[in-house]
Amino acid sequence: MPTRIQKEARPDTMLLNMGPSHPAMHGTIRIMLELDGERILNSEVEVGYLHRGFEKTCEHRTYFNLLPYTDRLNYVSPLINNLGYVMTVEKMLGVVVPERAQHIRVLMSELSRISDHLTCLAAMAMECGAFTVFLYKMKAREFIWDVIEQTTGARMTTSYIRIGGVRADLHTDFDVVLKKAVAETRGVLKDVHGLLDKNKIFLNRTRDVAVMSPEDAVAYGWTGPCLRSTGVLYDVRKAFPYLIYDRLNWDVPLGERGDNFDRYLVRMREMEQSLRIVEQAAARIPKTSPALTAGGIEPSAAIRDSRRRRVREAVALSPNLEGSEEYRYPDILASDKGYVVPPKEETYTSIEGLINHFKFFMRGHGIRPPKGDVYFAVEGGNGELGFYIVSDGTDRPYRLHLRAPCFHIVAALEQLIRGRYVADVIPTFGSMNMIGGELDR
Amino acid sequence: MGVTEKHMSRDKKKRPPAGQFITTQFNSLLGWARKFSLFHYPFVTACCGMEYMSAACAHFDIDRFGAGWTRFSPRQSDMLLVVGTITHKEAPVLRTVYEQMTEPKWVVAFGTCAVSGGIYDNYAVVQGIDRIIPVDIYIPGCPPRPETVLDGLLKLQEKIQHQDQDWRWKKRTY
Amino acid sequence: MEEKDVLERLRERFPAEIKEITRSLGDEAAVIDKAALLPIVTFLKQKPEDYAMLLDLTCVDYRGEKPRFEMVYHLFSLTGRARLRIKVRLDENDLWIASLTPLWKNAHWLEREVYDLFGVHFEGHPDLRRIFMWEGFEGHPLRKDYPLRRSQPLIRLKD
Repeated sequence: MPTRIQKEARPDTMLLNMGPSHPAMHGTIRIMLELDGERILNSEVEVGYLHRGFEKTCEHRTYFNLLPYTDRLNYVSPLINNLGYVMTVEKMLGVVVPERAQHIRVLMSELSRISDHLTCLAAMAMECGAFTVFLYKMKAREFIWDVIEQTTGARMTTSYIRIGGVRADLHTDFDVVLKKAVAETRGVLKDVHGLLDKNKIFLNRTRDVAVMSPEDAVAYGWTGPCLRSTGVLYDVRKAFPYLIYDRLNWDVPLGERGDNFDRYLVRMREMEQSLRIVEQAAARIPKTSPALTAGGIEPSAAIRDSRRRRVREAVALSPNLEGSEEYRYPDILASDKGYVVPPKEETYTSIEGLINHFKFFMRGHGIRPPKGDVYFAVEGGNGELGFYIVSDGTDRPYRLHLRAPCFHIVAALEQLIRGRYVADVIPTFGSMNMIGGELDR
Repeated sequence: MGVTEKHMSRDKKKRPPAGQFITTQFNSLLGWARKFSLFHYPFVTACCGMEYMSAACAHFDIDRFGAGWTRFSPRQSDMLLVVGTITHKEAPVLRTVYEQMTEPKWVVAFGTCAVSGGIYDNYAVVQGIDRIIPVDIYIPGCPPRPETVLDGLLKLQEKIQHQDQDWRWKKRTY
Repeated sequence: MEEKDVLERLRERFPAEIKEITRSLGDEAAVIDKAALLPIVTFLKQKPEDYAMLLDLTCVDYRGEKPRFEMVYHLFSLTGRARLRIKVRLDENDLWIASLTPLWKNAHWLEREVYDLFGVHFEGHPDLRRIFMWEGFEGHPLRKDYPLRRSQPLIRLKD
């Protein structure tokens, strides 16, 4: 079937197909170019190669069960997706989240944002030929993911932020790992600035290439780093502060020209701001009550002792071990019984606990927000990540719609590459941070 | 692989030192050569791509196992890594890429979505790429950790070593 | 005199077309008449209201109700830092609504998405095609009567 551009193309031009299986198209997007020599006269962007039916699937899952699907939307920053979804449901339910959990959420979502920007810029730089930058940034990302893994138990698809709070408390040596990750990332950012900022090749491919005017950016519904690179100040964290963002001290970096280089630079600066937020949040995080952090004897020692005598001391268990966290619940989860998973200790030891557990997971019970619709947005890696949920009072959403930031950004690609050269497609597309899972849902 | 000394001459002084000649089956020699020179084509579509990037980069370094070269042309590669969800819209593309690869070729289903469709059991997603193309190794995980990927690669190498090497070009049917 | 909020100003300006205004959970929403969509959003886009950004555009299928479909528009004002939700009900037999492409550029793709997944037609859209699914796909997957697992493979699959 001929596409639009095949019908419209002039007879003396060449049609070139890029993607979907093209290294720079990230596997899920196809661009048809109408070329006059190397110059792009027209183009057609085709998306949908990763349409996985997220919205339809969510209508068939309960509010609790669909959390893993949100991980896989913007899979480079899954924690922010968790947060966006969970906070939308919380807005419907009116749940109040404990202070410590709010700090952990901020910590985790900023770490995710750093990993998102690192990946985006790494891919962009690699596609421009700067392979060293790619390796450096992946190194930094590994350190960030180490922190995330230690806390959440998974590297990417975490499902860590739960309705009412977070899944588990921070590890005892969290600060040490975090400090290392922050230091490593700072070092990498410095290196990358040194490698790219005055690099002639990189500048030629990005400076004044694919310039977006602020008016067009607004007309296209751009948000996030891409909008800010054009000089428009809009950050959901500042405009509609959620969690503890209004209590922290940080800036919103802005670009001036709205070209590829500004999009790169804004992301780099934003990572520095995110590191600032992470440090402040880690310093301000409320301590759990001292009686709870006192710890106990090592599990191995307890097992050894149990051969000789009955062990009565508390055993120091990992804070994110399932079944050992009842006493941590007040710090990390809301007190509303119906909205959070009952602690495993109760489920396994008392009949009421077991009934609570069943009632939470049974079809038709569990989390049932009141009738109505709600929209809530957080600042995702690409911009305003909004969830629109329509509830009909049952335990599964009647309709769940994701406002995907990069859908709006990629919609402008055709306009940005018109009149440019083929080689300009690569850095332009790279700087947009197209994420298939979020774009096609 | 059997290593023997060959007696080239009756004269003991002129006999070459041990270990300079290797006799082996041609099959296992080919297998040995092929398993350590896997040029892979990453057909990256979704989340697993992030873990593929990790596996390919310095921390986990897939290059240690002889699969370092990423070729972005199916004609130059012999291992097709299907990384991520394959939707019905993407399926013809995947089959075209597979058919463009020259023999011998191996396919790795990377991640649960490629293995079986994973959590996406709906109208848009192909329930496992083995419904489109033949698969040699399945790597589970959503997404698989880089260590799992390396383990899968070792398993594939073992398979290559021990399989019948069709060293004359032969079209496979599926 | 207390300053009126945007919904009240809207009701003053378009008394007949605004069917209902709601404020739930801090979200401001107005249900409007289908014919009045373009005049109302044009009014909202211009100063002094200045809802310059079309945040989102989607559709909800209330199967069994009449009218069946509901278009949901989210507007955002950069100067006022406020979001506004506009809803329009559409009847199943008359699935036409004015396109917002003359006002916002991202409406182009967003409306293609709604056309693809729900089958709503947009009057004045320059290039209304499917965006996620392919040409030849039967039905609209996000409608409630489309089964979740009914796939339409493009190539023959092995069992």
